Amino acid sequence: MSATRKERQGQELALTTMIVALIVIFSLLPMARLLQEVILPGGSLSVDVIYKGLVSNTTWVATWNTIAVGLGGTLFALVLGVAVAILVSITDVRQRQAFVLCFVTPLMIAPQVTALAWLQLFGPSSPLLNMLGMAPPLGTRNPLYSPEGIVFLLGIQYAPLVFLIVRAGMRKLPRELVEAAQSSGAGWARVLFTIILPLMTPSIVGAAALTFVSCVGNFGIPAFLGIPANYLVLPTLIYQRLAGGGPAVLSEVAFLSVLIGIIAMIGIVLQDRLSSRRDFRITSTSLSVTPYELGRWRVPMEIGMWVLIAIILVLPLVGLVLTSLVRGYGVTLSADTATLENYRFVIFEHVAARRAFLNSMYLSAAAAVFAVFVAIPLGYVIAWGKNRWIKMLNLAVELPYALPGVVLAIASLLLFLKPMPITGIQIYNTVWIILYAYLARFLVLAVRPTVTGYFQLDRALEEAAQVAGAGLFTRLRTIIFPLIAPAAMAGGLLIFMTALCELTVSALLWSSGSETIGVVIFSFEQGGDSKYAAAVSAIMVATTFLLMLLASLFANKLPDGVLPWRD
Amino acid sequence: MAGLSIQNVTKTFGTAKALDDVSIEVADGEFLAVLGPSGCGKTTLLRMIAGFETVSGGKIDIGGREVSTPQMNISPEKRRVGIVFQNYALWPHMSVEENIGYSLKVAGVSKAEREARVTAALELVNMQQYGDRRPANLSGGQRQRVALARCLVAEPRLVLFDEPLANLDVHLRASMEDEFADFHKRTGTTILYITHDQAEAMALADRIAVMDHGRLMQLATPRELYHEPANEMVASFISQGMVLPADVETAEKGGECKVTVLGQELVVRCRKGEKPRKNARICCRASQIEAVKGKGAGFDGTITRAVYRGGSARVEFEPEAAPNLGLHFDQPDPVSFEAGQRTRLRITSGWLIPAGEGA
Repeated sequence: MSATRKERQGQELALTTMIVALIVIFSLLPMARLLQEVILPGGSLSVDVIYKGLVSNTTWVATWNTIAVGLGGTLFALVLGVAVAILVSITDVRQRQAFVLCFVTPLMIAPQVTALAWLQLFGPSSPLLNMLGMAPPLGTRNPLYSPEGIVFLLGIQYAPLVFLIVRAGMRKLPRELVEAAQSSGAGWARVLFTIILPLMTPSIVGAAALTFVSCVGNFGIPAFLGIPANYLVLPTLIYQRLAGGGPAVLSEVAFLSVLIGIIAMIGIVLQDRLSSRRDFRITSTSLSVTPYELGRWRVPMEIGMWVLIAIILVLPLVGLVLTSLVRGYGVTLSADTATLENYRFVIFEHVAARRAFLNSMYLSAAAAVFAVFVAIPLGYVIAWGKNRWIKMLNLAVELPYALPGVVLAIASLLLFLKPMPITGIQIYNTVWIILYAYLARFLVLAVRPTVTGYFQLDRALEEAAQVAGAGLFTRLRTIIFPLIAPAAMAGGLLIFMTALCELTVSALLWSSGSETIGVVIFSFEQGGDSKYAAAVSAIMVATTFLLMLLASLFANKLPDGVLPWRD
Repeated sequence: MAGLSIQNVTKTFGTAKALDDVSIEVADGEFLAVLGPSGCGKTTLLRMIAGFETVSGGKIDIGGREVSTPQMNISPEKRRVGIVFQNYALWPHMSVEENIGYSLKVAGVSKAEREARVTAALELVNMQQYGDRRPANLSGGQRQRVALARCLVAEPRLVLFDEPLANLDVHLRASMEDEFADFHKRTGTTILYITHDQAEAMALADRIAVMDHGRLMQLATPRELYHEPANEMVASFISQGMVLPADVETAEKGGECKVTVLGQELVVRCRKGEKPRKNARICCRASQIEAVKGKGAGFDGTITRAVYRGGSARVEFEPEAAPNLGLHFDQPDPVSFEAGQRTRLRITSGWLIPAGEGA
């Protein structure tokens, strides 16, 4: 009897040790290394790095730009996301499912692809404008190469994020709270502004913080739109410094990435302050709000909805596809001149592009599979564990994802620049350092749906197995894994889709031979080969759509809210 | 304040009928309870009166003004109907005072008057010192009082209560019941009170509308419901009445007639004009059954269960003539019955359920 108990405790200890080890390796270690570089460069306490960073004018300009586009993008995303969430949640517009799917899709497309697609819409070489004969004369600057352009695209990229969070909040709004106001004599607009929106404050503020962090850390959009206009934000500044100076400037860029981290943190702290100021806790559960009848406004609203989709989704994708069919710079696209040559070139001829397809495929698949297998025991401890340090655990897993990707990339660089101790293995300048960064960054994307899955699962199922005499590992393998696997796998799929076109991390970590698709698109665009960049992007967008379709096929086996594009 | 008139109202959801031809007249100042098991359509009825649901047929008038017909539905904010919800529905982001003053603010009442009326409403529910609190910091009973004050402050023409005591514990229920009754007496507001708890309905209401499967079963005073149920559903629903098969032997005379039940002849109360008929039903209560010593008039059977309840026992009994017909009655101390024991019982009185009314 006591031997069995010992064995049980042994298994629990093994599980805990494994999880703590993972968190140390993938979360605490890189963050600690980064801080060390800034505060203790070369092993002794020094403020040199900080001082050097602070006196540099470029630092201040980039910081200011980061905050400006961060706030602008957040504001735009908030207005758009909240408005759509209201429309979908409390009015009687039709075709909601399809609309939500289309509206959320930009979130699934990599930012640099979004940026590329939009760039193809405007400017003198726009195939669409040329076909319509509306193109501005050659030499005119693309209007998107500007801070306004960056704000606009950040807003469109992250409005779905705001929408998803606010929509989830709206679903939990009990209808009585709205009906009580209605029977108090309040009209629809009044109910919206005095009851619904105030009660949504936590969701809206939370969404704002998350969007701000995402905007501040975004690399793809300011890289495509800002670099040509010489409008630098911190992530693009870090990229340029590192591309120009190599490992010699690591201390300097470490400081800059900590700066991004601090800006992001300020956003999160501010959110916490704002939402704890008042009581917004909704305690009762009930049916959700009866949809407001729009009456004769319904059709105009619905038309507006689909015009919005046409603008944020269809138009840029059309621009992207058209560019990918162009024969060469300055050739007007028509049925006669359209060609698939660009696709042939990037798939069969261009060595780096071919390699990148394989690299990205392997990297994302490895990250996804690893995350699924880690998320199940990790989720178990977070959701069902009894320990008090579990909240800290959750925080530690969230940290690498909550902080902008640049921060993690620099931390990885610092960590692996020298060969690893004892083993002497060198992963710097190989594909493995990218894999490490992906694992650390995206793990949380699988952990979140898994934890949700655990909360929806009746714990008695596990307890029954325990009563039947199954040890922890046996339970995990035979009972929990089969039950929770769909949720974890949906998370894995999200990781796969996100990592496939990832740019922020790989732009800083790639080397010749370990290019990713994101890097290839970026290089093509930087080299002026928009048509190749567009071809690669179009292939990736098609892949994303296919994966979304695939995931939707087994959607009814998943816990609610795991697939973001399903309403 | 105003009366409420529900005329032949029907509500269908798809093919399902949630309400079927319901007509209820509530007089000005009356306290009417709508009683029924869950799923009987009472909440749908309340939501239609408040304007949250449209009617599929019939019409609803409040204070003589048409508010709901299949063609027209006055929106909830224009009905001046107050509602007290089961889960209180207090807005968590507003203080108690803000919650109560909301409808006045909406109506554009001046700040000074608003404050005076909010204070008066708080006084009415004995919550003067809680004006600055947040709803989250109040107990269940206090929240319900705030909800009541919030609904009263607008001086609604009609107040709807949607199972307001369902979330409270037993002690609090009794005291809130007193408060509701007291409040009705003081203000004279017309009240429609939805509940599934018959003790609550009996204690509070002037009249009770019993509903089942979307249909109105009986609308009567509590006494009448208990003593003269209009059909089997009401008879068995109210205070667990027993419905027994009977043959009517004589025509009504002075409100009574002679019937045969389980082979026993007895006189029961009945409606005017009852004629002799077969396959009738009578309703009798536990207090109208007693044990018979020896071979007096009555019927034989077996005790199936005797549960001691302190001071008396609830005894369940199966008559020989109809083994599926479970009877129950109370035997006061000293309790002598035990399960399995054979005994003879008789019915002392009862009510002849009128033929062909309702289910």
